[in-house]
Amino acid sequence: MSDVMSEVRTEELMIAVIARMLSGLSHVAVGAASPIPGSAALLARELSGGTLRVTLLGRTSNPTFTDGARELFDCAAQGRIDAFFLSGVQIDGQANINLVSIGDPDKPKARFPGSFGSAYLYYIVPRVILFRQEHTARTLVSKVDYVSAPGVSEENLYRPGGPHALVTGRCLFEFIKDKERFLLKSLHPGQTVEDIKRETGFDFDMPEGSGVPNTEPPEPDWLKLIRGPVGEEIREVYPEFATRMFGSS
Amino acid sequence: MTAVLTSAAEIAAKIPDGALLALPPEYAPCSMEGIRALVRRGARNLRLLGVPQFGIQAELLIGAGCVSEIETAAVTLGEHGLAPRFTDAIKHQKITMRDTTCPAIHAALQASEKGVPFMPLRGLIGSDILARRDDWHVADNPFGENDPIVYLPAIKPDATLFHGAKGDVHGNVWIGLRRELMVMAHASKAAYVTVEKIVDGDLLSDPQTAAGTIPGLYISAIAKAHKGAWPLGVPHYYERDNEHLSHYAELARTQEGFDAYLDEWVTSRTAAE
Repeated sequence: MSDVMSEVRTEELMIAVIARMLSGLSHVAVGAASPIPGSAALLARELSGGTLRVTLLGRTSNPTFTDGARELFDCAAQGRIDAFFLSGVQIDGQANINLVSIGDPDKPKARFPGSFGSAYLYYIVPRVILFRQEHTARTLVSKVDYVSAPGVSEENLYRPGGPHALVTGRCLFEFIKDKERFLLKSLHPGQTVEDIKRETGFDFDMPEGSGVPNTEPPEPDWLKLIRGPVGEEIREVYPEFATRMFGSS
Repeated sequence: MTAVLTSAAEIAAKIPDGALLALPPEYAPCSMEGIRALVRRGARNLRLLGVPQFGIQAELLIGAGCVSEIETAAVTLGEHGLAPRFTDAIKHQKITMRDTTCPAIHAALQASEKGVPFMPLRGLIGSDILARRDDWHVADNPFGENDPIVYLPAIKPDATLFHGAKGDVHGNVWIGLRRELMVMAHASKAAYVTVEKIVDGDLLSDPQTAAGTIPGLYISAIAKAHKGAWPLGVPHYYERDNEHLSHYAELARTQEGFDAYLDEWVTSRTAAE
């Protein structure tokens, strides 16, 4: 690993991993509390030569929408959004996500903000990418305490969308819909399969053949974009994140 | 006719205890001056509807003991962290929370706009949000086969309260792109608005402003409140005061800290300065 690459932060690696999954799409929307996916979407737009349209919730300059807060959901319902991002205080092995509480929801041990648009967009948007930087047995659990939105549904339910992958601070999982399970796809620098097994509360599948590949690091020119124009653009919606990652404007 | 009032306090006096009150997201202008006036008048048992999510508006009202119920898709201080008074109130069961998802709120308000009793919505089936809502129904699509869908009852708020960059003497309020405010005004029995300024003339007479204007037909009362969204922002007018919000988040970790915040920034003052 070169010196330049060793300085890649986990967030930057996650941005690059997510950006790769957005290649070739037309319209990507980014919801609340999503600075890493937001940066990834802006990076993917830069790499697309401007063909990818990015909608960032909370942004006031250069709006994509003109019909208020409902338009994101109506636009998704019309099939005009190709990818979206969700996280969870807990995510389980069937890709169920919990954004609400730990313990009994009536007397929770911990309460979190709430489900936002997940209980709709998870069903509707074809490629939903899950992200959670903290990869521990506390966040990646065998069964979530509260289902904000389920990873899979009955056959008869209208569900053009669903989970595509899970990006963490340690690795990339792909979601295999037929098996209703995650497949370990690649390991971030310094991680072993044993690390992932120890830090993951759910069972997952291993790739066939020899070993698990390493996660591809961001290209040097991607890093320049992330730390340059992408960082400045994400600052409008996520000033604290941008300052922590890239310094003051 | 829209009443043109002189202060946010007069607006707050029109919102009765126990009202179902619809409030906007932080990216649309919020009437923080109206919220502070509700705290000052000692409002009680408000039932809040976050369209679709909440931040400091709900925090202040919950922390000050003005709220009995809340329905929203999320309560968060964004980059400043979890909403501490909301979290505390849920953990100690001081308020009733009805979890929902953003488009369910928009759809239920649209039902009221149209005067129909319910609106169907995709998604939701298999979630604990739906499992814990006995006021929602799952039924078959009457035009399809074996196609379950959720029916949401219309939500008709008693009142909505928000802020605008400008209004006029006819009660028209310019909202620009923030069309969720239009839906909230249409769907609610009464709409109360504070504005940065009240302009001469008629905002509906110029097509440049008319398209982004809520007609006075839907507005019960307006009042001028300069910097009335502070510490939140008004898009293209002034920015969020992140330093102040961060200070709030720090203080509100305890009820004592929150009470000190209220003393300094809300109850000891009478109106926007």
